[in-house]
Amino acid sequence: MEQTTMTSDSILELKHIHKTFDDKTIIDDLSFQIQKNEFITLLGPSGCGKTTTLRIIGGFEKPDSGQVLFHGTDITNYPPEKRELNTVFQSYSLFPHMNVEDNIAFGLRLKKKSKAYIRDRISYALRLVNLEGFEKRRPVSLSGGQQQRIAIARAVVNEPKILLLDEPLGALDLKLRQEMQHELIRLKNELGITFIYVTHDQEEALTMSDRIIVMNQGIIQQVGNPVDIYNEPQNAFVADFIGESNIIDGIMVRDRLVTIGGVAFPCVDEGFSPNQLVDVVIRPEDVELVEPENGLTTGIVRDIVFKGVHYEIQVDSQIGISFLVQTTQAFSVGTSVGIRVIPDNIHIMNKPISSDEQIIDKDA
Amino acid sequence: MNRKLLAAPYLVWVAGFIIIPLLFILGKALTTADGGFTLQNIAAIASPIHRKALLLSLQLALLCTVICVLLAYPLALIVRSSKLNQQSIVMFILILPMWMNFILRILALQMLLSNNGILNMILSRFSIAPLEIINTPAAIVFGMVYDFLPYMILPVMNSILSIDNNLIAAARDLGANGFHVFWKVIFPLSLPGVASGITMVFVPAMTAFVISDILGGGKIQLLGNVIEQEFSVSMDWNLGSGLSVALMLFILATSLLLGRGQNQSDRGRLLW
Ligand SMILES: Nc1ncnc2c1ncn2[C@@H]1O[C@H](COP(=O)(O)OP(=O)(O)O)[C@@H](O)[C@H]1O
Ligand SMILES: [Mg+2]
Repeated sequence: MEQTTMTSDSILELKHIHKTFDDKTIIDDLSFQIQKNEFITLLGPSGCGKTTTLRIIGGFEKPDSGQVLFHGTDITNYPPEKRELNTVFQSYSLFPHMNVEDNIAFGLRLKKKSKAYIRDRISYALRLVNLEGFEKRRPVSLSGGQQQRIAIARAVVNEPKILLLDEPLGALDLKLRQEMQHELIRLKNELGITFIYVTHDQEEALTMSDRIIVMNQGIIQQVGNPVDIYNEPQNAFVADFIGESNIIDGIMVRDRLVTIGGVAFPCVDEGFSPNQLVDVVIRPEDVELVEPENGLTTGIVRDIVFKGVHYEIQVDSQIGISFLVQTTQAFSVGTSVGIRVIPDNIHIMNKPISSDEQIIDKDA
Repeated sequence: MNRKLLAAPYLVWVAGFIIIPLLFILGKALTTADGGFTLQNIAAIASPIHRKALLLSLQLALLCTVICVLLAYPLALIVRSSKLNQQSIVMFILILPMWMNFILRILALQMLLSNNGILNMILSRFSIAPLEIINTPAAIVFGMVYDFLPYMILPVMNSILSIDNNLIAAARDLGANGFHVFWKVIFPLSLPGVASGITMVFVPAMTAFVISDILGGGKIQLLGNVIEQEFSVSMDWNLGSGLSVALMLFILATSLLLGRGQNQSDRGRLLW
């Protein structure tokens, strides 16, 4: 058992977790802390090790090395049933041979709670997930969304300190998913417990989380609140994964000046070595289309699509790069435009160090 | 129209080999030798000699079924906990004896178990007194288990192997230890498979007559033997049919009792 130096309300800490399957590294030196009552999201593309991380926290998987600390106590070798946390599994995993009521009561009966208490908790939990009157239903007779809610009810009746949720909305359609997002936030506030949430959906992560841990190939790419992650991505992977971005090769000529295809763009970044090759990240909504003579460079509008609130425009620039632009102004295809980006909106990033940190298409 | 045409061969088969013989047996069972209606042939099951045979059949069939469950169930649990690529090999080895002719298997068993057989030869090597097992009920049960075990293993193994690992993880997550996981998740979910296996072993064991003939030395009369002799030795087809019908009714009642707890939708899957 090891006491650690952490802030008093840190509830869970992972320290240098390493995990391999069949000699393949899945989790590499993963460390992070979670505060009490936080809604924290593990975000990353499919196969990046999110479920494995959650299973290590839940006790279903042993790390090859590293520690899991709960309130400072090393629980790395505790079996799942000894951990004060509950999981909502990716596949819901309701017991098919039990009705809703028996599913929800499963944990409480093991803890030998009184009949009256269990009855109270069942009706409380069903009210919480808006499924009153479903006590006697069988899981097979429920829709995906309803099964999802029962799985949540089954977990929260046990009053876990931390609730682990593995892509709980992954199998639901868009409308239901958005509804459930709000319900989960309400639920978290009502319960006042810590949520560790796993998703590959960046929008979901940005909407729901207090803090996001962006992962790729078992390595943490960035930790921060949604606004920081969106506005200040630390590398091209995060920039690409969180929303659409223009990611362009550039040369950092000197502090606060980058050239793209030979054209100089003033920026605000400093501290790169002279003439260093970098990734330049520009959000589509940060590209301004102006009169050709007012642009840093010029281009021709190749394509325009109306997206409801804004237009999405492809501009083929003179410097050989195609920019993705979002603007509320319409341009007809073939128009000559000037391209401008204010220095604040240009984000300069180091190129990934190794080839296996290459960008994975988030839609893959 | 086309579909009906496609179904025709099966209908002919069902009619020719199932319905008509059944009606024939039923007709024989309900008539006397000169064609008059009677319930005597079916009621004959209650006569002391037939009752004794039925009781012995029931005892041996139950014993055989219980032994098959006790062998198949732990095996399925062990296979479940082993690695996936070994599972198909284990299945294959268990099914392998089914590829051999059933009479040949029983004859081989007879040689193995006989007083001067291989078993006793091996025992004598170790100076152990020979076992007089051949021509006893024990030999018959041994033969039945040997013959029918695969019919227990397949459905039991199928139901146990198809239990989702996530259900077990969910149970552990909610505070269940290994003991709870077994009794509250694995056991109830395996029951349909066990019920299937019991039906598939109990029915042939109940009606067996070749096994008891060969391994019982013709001295032990199961109901199957009695019926067979009515047909082939006494040539009293009416009595033979009546006893058959009585046995069928008995088995039907037992299966209905067993099947009550079994989910209708599971049945097809469990039989593969
Ligand atoms: N039990 C296992 N055995 C072998 N490989 C596994 C196992 N579990 C996960 N993996 C592999 O680990 C990687 C990460 O899986 P996972 O944690 O499920 O990713 P995610 O949840 O982010 O999609 C995948 O490449 C997957 O194939
Ligand atoms: Mg996953």
